[in-house]
Amino acid sequence: MVYYAYFQGKAPDVTKKRFKTVWDIPKEELLAPGHRMCQGCGAAIVFRHLLKAVGKDVVIVQATGCVEVTTTVFPETAWRVPYIHVAFENAASVASGIAAAIKALKRKGVLPPDKKVKVVATAGDGGTFDIGMQALSGMLERGDDVMYVVYDNEAYMNTGIQRSSATPWGAWTTTTPVGKRWRGEWRWKKDIVGIALAHRVPYIATANPAYPLDLIEKFRRAFETEGPSLVHVLSPCPPGWRIPPDKTIEVAKLATLTGMWVNLEIVEGQPRVTVKVPKRKPVKVYLKMQGRFRHLRDEDIAFIQKVVDAEVERINKWVGEEAIGPVVEE
Amino acid sequence: MSESQGRLLGWREIPIGGIVQEPGNTAKNDMSAWRTFKPVIDQEKCVRCRLCWIFCPDAAIIEVEGEYRTKSGRVYKVSYHVDYQHCKGCGICANECPVKAIKMVEEVR
Ligand SMILES: Cc1ncc(C[n+]2csc(CCOP(=O)(O)OP(=O)(O)O)c2C)c(N)n1
Ligand code: SF4
Ligand code: SF4
Ligand code: SF4
Ligand SMILES: [Mg+2]
Repeated sequence: MVYYAYFQGKAPDVTKKRFKTVWDIPKEELLAPGHRMCQGCGAAIVFRHLLKAVGKDVVIVQATGCVEVTTTVFPETAWRVPYIHVAFENAASVASGIAAAIKALKRKGVLPPDKKVKVVATAGDGGTFDIGMQALSGMLERGDDVMYVVYDNEAYMNTGIQRSSATPWGAWTTTTPVGKRWRGEWRWKKDIVGIALAHRVPYIATANPAYPLDLIEKFRRAFETEGPSLVHVLSPCPPGWRIPPDKTIEVAKLATLTGMWVNLEIVEGQPRVTVKVPKRKPVKVYLKMQGRFRHLRDEDIAFIQKVVDAEVERINKWVGEEAIGPVVEE
Repeated sequence: MSESQGRLLGWREIPIGGIVQEPGNTAKNDMSAWRTFKPVIDQEKCVRCRLCWIFCPDAAIIEVEGEYRTKSGRVYKVSYHVDYQHCKGCGICANECPVKAIKMVEEVR
């Protein structure tokens, strides 16, 4: 790197892949079935693979939200790894505390000094982009040895689909309704990757469950980072997005194929698109699948297309290649 | 409290701190009543690509080791089966199967 010690830690070796084919994914299920996530929940797929990537030597810290509520209905838990939930706003702080405790236990000889136990903090978009932002900022800024996973279903789903600062432009939610005066969300999604980058985080990635090998490899790399890392994962939600439950993966794939969601990896500041899209699909194929965008008029869709085109151009410039190609209508 | 338990625990019976001492005990739950349609895998058509297993949100596709010979003579070392206790009938597996080997069949009483 140009600036020595600019980053708050060290990214792992990213020249080798551990998950090359689907057969490299471990069989063991560390997230038990029988949880209460909805039929077809994208987050359930994301967390199954998170645990497959990180294995047993982990402490999961989870903010309040859909996954927490549905996997830990007392006296039950779907987690076959150590797990703690404290509150909605402080997953990152709890994780920082546990990371410090692990350090202290090693120093006191309670844990062997070479034992690798890592804390993974997880939260939804509401728990990260909004209410958990202060805790997250502190954790990243201090350089704590914590991996942070945000599963982004683009609203506060657990409490009944309220908008968050991750809700995309135009989307219907119960707090951005569609009527005479309002036509869904009118603000743009917050740039969480930019925020993490501003904290000098050595490993940052965006991922999508429709690309499972890309997702699980990024989870592994974030886990093996020394210091903080952040993985931002798209997480389709059938009731919140108004899609049939069998379309979760199909819609997630279209998010990437339309350029509305770009799978990135930023290793010590160096950005790379990991899932290239030489021929992009128009955004309307993604939007038309989802009831939350049903009210959009042709001019609204054209507007979103224009903004996505500009964003794609920005990303291509940033990564230094045409990773995402032009729109090709079929 | 959990529907399978039938009776609420008294505070004396709950572990200190409300710790759950049986990790993964949701696995004893029966989710089959969530379904309207159930996936049925055609073992002859299935090409063992593992995608349904990867994409199932409920870990309800089971990978079973063992030789399977199709009528056309192909031999596979694994097969995929549905765990009908945990499958919620979302249909992702059927939607994602590249060879359409999974059919969603209506549940009838
Ligand atoms: C301090 C606090 N405020 C509000 C709530 C209520 N609450 C519980 S979950 C939730 C929404 C979580 O949204 P998100 O983080 O996006 O996760 P999701 O449910 O969408 O997975 C809210 C508002 C709470 N538990 N604590
Ligand atoms: S509301 Fe959405 S995110 Fe929450 S459990 Fe259901 S499908 Fe998953
Ligand atoms: S229908 Fe859904 S829950 Fe059932 S096996 Fe298929 S993917 Fe899993
Ligand atoms: S997705 Fe289809 S072909 Fe692939 S393993 Fe499942 S049933 Fe077989
Ligand atoms: Mg959310």
